[in-house]
Amino acid sequence: MKEDLVLPAPREATPESPGEPLLVAENLTKHFPIKGGFPIRRTVGAVQAVDGIDLTVHVGESFGLVGESGCGKSTTGRLITRLLEPTDGKILYRGQDITHAGRKQLAPIRSEIQMIFQDPYSSLNPRQTVGTIISGPMEINGINPPGGREKRVRELLEIVGLNPEHYNRFPHEFSGGQRQRIGVARALALEPKLIVADEPVSALDVSIQAQVVNLLQKVQDELGIAFLFIAHDLAVVRHFSQRVAVMYLGKVIEVGDRESIYTRPRHPYTHALLSAVPEVDVTGDGEGRRERIRLAGDVPSPIAPPSGCRFRTRCWKAQDKCAAEAPPLVQISGNRDGHLTACHFPEEPTIEAREEDIVLDPALAALEESD
Amino acid sequence: MLRFLLRRIAGSAVILLLLTVVAFLLFFGMPRDPALLMCGKTCTPDALANIHRTLGIDKSIPEQFWIFLSGLVMGRDDFAQGPCPAPCFGYSYHTNEAVWSTLLDRLPLTLSLALGATVAFLIVGLGTGMLAAWRRGTVIDKTFTAGSMVLSSMQIYFLGPLALALLVYQMDLFDEPKYTELTTNPVAWFTGLLIPWAVLSTIFAAQYTRMSRSAMIEQLQEEHVRTARAKGMSRRYVFFRYAWRGSLIPIITILGIDLGTLLGGAIITEYTFGLPGLGMLAVESVNFSDLPLLLGVMLFSAAMILLFNIVVDACYAFVDPRVRLS
Amino acid sequence: MTTLTKEAGAPVPADEGAFLSVRDLHVTFKTEDGPVRAVNGLSFDLQRGKTLGIVGESGSGKSVTNLTILGLHNPMFTTIEGDIVLDGKELTTARESELEKLRGNKVAMIFQDPLTALSPYYTVGRQIAEPYRKHTGASKQAAWDRAVEMLGKVGIPNPKARAKDYPHQFSGGMRQRAMIAMSLVCNPDLLIADEPTTALDVTVQAQILDLLKDLQREFGTAIIFITHDLGVISDMADDIMVMYAGNAVERGTVDEVLRSPQHPYTWGLLNSMPRIDSDLSAPLAPIPGAPPSLLNPPSGCRFHPRCTFAERVGGARCVTERPLLGPDRASACHLTAEQKRTIFVEEIKPRLG
Repeated sequence: MKEDLVLPAPREATPESPGEPLLVAENLTKHFPIKGGFPIRRTVGAVQAVDGIDLTVHVGESFGLVGESGCGKSTTGRLITRLLEPTDGKILYRGQDITHAGRKQLAPIRSEIQMIFQDPYSSLNPRQTVGTIISGPMEINGINPPGGREKRVRELLEIVGLNPEHYNRFPHEFSGGQRQRIGVARALALEPKLIVADEPVSALDVSIQAQVVNLLQKVQDELGIAFLFIAHDLAVVRHFSQRVAVMYLGKVIEVGDRESIYTRPRHPYTHALLSAVPEVDVTGDGEGRRERIRLAGDVPSPIAPPSGCRFRTRCWKAQDKCAAEAPPLVQISGNRDGHLTACHFPEEPTIEAREEDIVLDPALAALEESD
Repeated sequence: MLRFLLRRIAGSAVILLLLTVVAFLLFFGMPRDPALLMCGKTCTPDALANIHRTLGIDKSIPEQFWIFLSGLVMGRDDFAQGPCPAPCFGYSYHTNEAVWSTLLDRLPLTLSLALGATVAFLIVGLGTGMLAAWRRGTVIDKTFTAGSMVLSSMQIYFLGPLALALLVYQMDLFDEPKYTELTTNPVAWFTGLLIPWAVLSTIFAAQYTRMSRSAMIEQLQEEHVRTARAKGMSRRYVFFRYAWRGSLIPIITILGIDLGTLLGGAIITEYTFGLPGLGMLAVESVNFSDLPLLLGVMLFSAAMILLFNIVVDACYAFVDPRVRLS
Repeated sequence: MTTLTKEAGAPVPADEGAFLSVRDLHVTFKTEDGPVRAVNGLSFDLQRGKTLGIVGESGSGKSVTNLTILGLHNPMFTTIEGDIVLDGKELTTARESELEKLRGNKVAMIFQDPLTALSPYYTVGRQIAEPYRKHTGASKQAAWDRAVEMLGKVGIPNPKARAKDYPHQFSGGMRQRAMIAMSLVCNPDLLIADEPTTALDVTVQAQILDLLKDLQREFGTAIIFITHDLGVISDMADDIMVMYAGNAVERGTVDEVLRSPQHPYTWGLLNSMPRIDSDLSAPLAPIPGAPPSLLNPPSGCRFHPRCTFAERVGGARCVTERPLLGPDRASACHLTAEQKRTIFVEEIKPRLG
C-alpha cells in the first residue's frame, strides 16, 4: 500500500488566508416533525435534533464535533452540506448566505463542500467502477481537468494510497479501509475547500482506522482543506481536530481549542465524557490519575428535552436555576479566548482525580457502597 | 390500537368509494350500449328508448352514479322488479334477480371452499415448512423443498381435471364435486367439496411450505434466537416460542392477500369443478355482459381484500408487541 | 520463555487448576467458497473468578471461539476439533442436552447489540425468568420475583413495573443492563461478554463496565471479555489474549501485554490507536495492509504479510513456519526474546508517548 502522498500542483492559490471564517452557522436549528393524531394526521411534536447552535469553521482548519448518539452532530453535518433544509438559523459560506439557497445558487458551492460518510460499504454504488465513482462529481459539475478526467482520477487514487491501475475495479473488490479511501478520493475530486466527514473511521477496524485518520490528516495539512470532523470517539477527534465542539441533545455545550477541551474542560458533561473514555495505561504510572464520573441512565429523548440546561437531569451540580434558564455559551473567566462553555455552575478546569468519585448511577453506588 | 383500526377502516372506505367510481365509469360510461344487447334482433328506436328508461341509463352519468351510490347506502324502489333494499346493486339484466341476493346465494359455497382450503393448506403448508426448517439440510428438507417447488408451479386447470379424471372417472372413488349446504347435510357438504379443497390447498400448501421454511430459517438466525439458545432453552422451545412467532409475520401478510382473493371467488377452481360460487358468478356476468352483476361481484371482492388487509394489520399487532405499543 | 517451533501443535498440557481449559481448538466452517478456518489451534486457560480479555479485530476468531464453548454453532456447517474442558467436563463431545443444562446456568453470555439480542416478542421479565425456571425448577411466580430482583440489582429504576415492558421500550443502556440481569440470573461461574459495550454511548459504556466489575466481585464470576478496544480491555481484564486471523498471538497479564508487549501485531495495535492522552506531534503508526481472508490464509506466520519486522527474523522462517504460542506469558513470533525486548523499548515505546 502506498503511504506517501503525492500532491498535484495546486490549481489556483487559495484566495483566503488561514484563520478567516470559511463557514459560519448561526442559531442553526433542525426540528424533524412527528406526524400523528386522529382522524387527521398532523404535526404533534418535533425531534429537536439541532436546536440553535453557533459554529465557525475557519479556512484550512480541522474542527471536531463530538457527542453521543442523539446529540445532533450528524444532523449538523447534513445541514451544513445542505443535504437537509434548516428549520431556522443561518449558514454563511464565505460570507454568502446559503441557508435556503436553491439548486442553482448552490451549484458552485456544492463542489467546494464535500462529504465523507461513515459506511464505506453502502456509500459507494456497487454497480459503478471506481473510476466512474471518483469522476462522477467532475462530470456533474462539468469540470475537465487538463489531461482529462481519467488522468485526474488516477492522480487521486494515488493521493489516497490506492493503485491507479485499479481504475476499472468495482467497490466490492476492495477492503473496508480501501473503500473509505475511495470515498476520500471522491471527496477530493473537486478540490473542495471544506470536507464534512461524518464518522469516517468508526466502521473500520483499529489498525485500518489509523490508516484512514493519517490519510485525512495528510490531506488536511498538505492540501489546506478545512474539515468538519464528526465522531463519537473522543480520542480520534482529539487526534484530528485543532478545535472541538461538544454537543449534547442538540446544543453545543462547550467549544474551544483542543487543549482547553481535553485538559481544561469546564462543562460537567465534558468532564463526564472525558472520564468515561476507557484508557490504555501504556506507561503504567497513570493509575487513578484521572477523575471518575459515572452518570446515571441514558441521554433523554430529543422529542421532549429538559427545560433550561439540557444536561441538568444527569448533572450532579444542577440547581433550580438550571431548570429555569438555559445557560448561554460564553467565555468563563480563566478560559482561553474562544473556549466557550454553556453552564451556570462550571467545573474546575482540570481532569485530575477528585477526592471523591462522582457516581450517580444508583446500582453502581449501591454495589460500591456494600464493598 | 382502536384508533389505528378505525383509521384503517376509514381509509378502506375511501378506497372502496374510489373503486366504485372507477368501476362505474368503466362499465356504465362505456360507449357500448347494454340496451342494444337486450333489445335483440328486432330492435326499434322506441323499444331501445324503453329499455334505456327501465335500466335508468337515459340519465347523465353523474346522475346515474349518484343514484347507484345512494342505492348502495339507502336502497332503491324505482325498479320494475320491485323494491331493492340497501345495499342495492340493482337487478341483473340477465336473470332479473336482485344482485345482492344473488351474491348472498353464492357466498356460502365460496366461503366453504375458501375456508376449508385455507385450513388444509395452513396445516399442511406450515407443518411441512417447519419440519423442513427443523431438519434443514436433511433428506426430508430436500424432499419437501423439491416437492413444494414442483407443486407450487402447478395450475388448478391442470391439477383439477387430472384429479377429476383419476379419482372420479377412472377409479370412481368420489362423486363429482357438488355443493350441498352445510346445514342441510354436513357429510355431503364435506365429501362434495373434498376434491376442490384438495386441489386448491395442494397448490397453496406448496407455496406456504416454501414460505414458512424460509421464514423459519431466517428467524433461527436472528440474534435473539441465539440468545435464547445461549441461556439454555431447548432447541424445540426456541423453535416454537422464539423463531415461530417471528416467522408468522411474513406468513400473515401473504395469507391476508390470499384469503381476500379466495373469498372474492376462486374463479378458476369453481369453473374447473363446475361449482356455482362467486367466481362462477363473475364469469357468468362477463359472459352475459350483465353489468350490475359484474359491478356487484367486483366491489364485493374488493371489499373482501380490503377487509382482510385490516385483519392482517390487527394480527400484526397481536403477534408483535412493537406494533401494538407504537 | 519458550518458543515452540514445531509446525503441528504439541498441545500444552491442560492446567489442573484451571476452571476452563481450551486445548488446540480448531473451528472450520463449510462455506460455498470453501472451508473457512476461523479458529486454528487455540489454547488457553481461565481461573475461577478471573477475567480474561480477548482482543482482536473482525475475523480474528474471538467471537467464534466463545460461541464454540457454548456449542452454539450449527453442527451441519461447522467442524470442531480439540478440547474444551469446563470444570473437569469435556464440552466438544458433550451431548446437546448436557450443554443445555450448562448454558445460562453455569456459563452465560452477553452479546453486542442488546436490541437484536433480546426477543421483541416477550417481556423483559419473562426473558429473564425463563432460564431461572428452566435451571432451578422454580415456580413461575418465584422466577418472576427473581427477575425483578435482578433488574433492580443492575440498576433498572422501578424494576417491578419495568419487568412487564418489552425490550423496545427500554433505552440502549437499560437493554444491556437487562441482558446482564438475564445472564447472571442463575449465578453462573463463567460469563462470556462479547463486545458488550460496543453498541453503547461512551458514558453508558463506562456505567456498564463498572457495573460488570462490581457484579463480578459480588458473584465471583469468571469473565471472558471479548472486545476490539484496548482501552476497555485494560479497564476490565486480569489477563489478555491477543488474537489475529484465528490464532492467539500473545498472552499475559494486562500489565505484561499492554506495558511490555512482545508481538509485532500487539505493537501495531498500540501504535495505531489514538489515545485520549497520547502525544499529538507524531502521526499514528498504522499496521499496513488489511487482515487476511480466512479462506486462504497466509502460510507460516499469518501476520507476516503485514509485519514490518519479518526480515529481522532472517531467512524465510516467517513465511514457512508457523510460530506457536507457549503457555503463560508468551507470544507467537519468531523474533528472539532479546529482539522483542529491544524492539519494544527502542522503537515502539517512544512512539506511545
